[in-house]
Amino acid sequence: MVTRLLIFGIAKDIVGSSATEIALPENATITDLKNILEERYPRLKQLSTFMIALNNQYATGDELIKSNDEVAIIPPVSGG
Amino acid sequence: MIEIKLSSSPLDLQACMSFVASPAAGGIDIFVGTVRNRTKGKEVHRLEFEAYETMAISEMQKIADEAIDKFQVLKVAVHHRTGLLNIGEVPVIIAVSAIHRAAAFDACRFIIDTLKQTVPIWKKEIFADGEVWVNAHP
Repeated sequence: MVTRLLIFGIAKDIVGSSATEIALPENATITDLKNILEERYPRLKQLSTFMIALNNQYATGDELIKSNDEVAIIPPVSGG
Repeated sequence: MIEIKLSSSPLDLQACMSFVASPAAGGIDIFVGTVRNRTKGKEVHRLEFEAYETMAISEMQKIADEAIDKFQVLKVAVHHRTGLLNIGEVPVIIAVSAIHRAAAFDACRFIIDTLKQTVPIWKKEIFADGEVWVNAHP
């Protein structure tokens, strides 16, 4: 399954793009995705935190990713 | 009643105040964020704000809903900027009306504090010699 990822803030600089596609095994969870991302982009591990949003909600880790989901990398926020 | 706005053009303080005004209100509390010229002793030239727009709007809505549930407030407006902002410009305005002032102050503080923790908006500080995403690294 190929999932399209939206990427923001410093994560965009690390990945080198504001969107990318990533191949995931069937029944991959958010935690699986985080592990794959950290392996591919080790600088993500140096961030204070990074979260994944699934369909505009913060994910906790166990959620399964489906093919049409909107998935985003959320580095530490700093609005306001 | 809640008004949430994410905008690439300058924020309108009077519009925020007009939205929350109510005959039942005994007061309006407004927080206006401004771009500061220094950070950790270093001169800042400008800030750039980026947002995950759909989620930023839904997270700001959640915070405003929570504020209405939690405090005795009447109306809430939350407006946030995106794009490049110069020193002194306004990245955020929170306006809250309430029957009594204590609730308006408490809700306003709750909204700005929570917004800074949860809303997917990022700010980059631009210096003479480089730029840094705020809060990115420990």
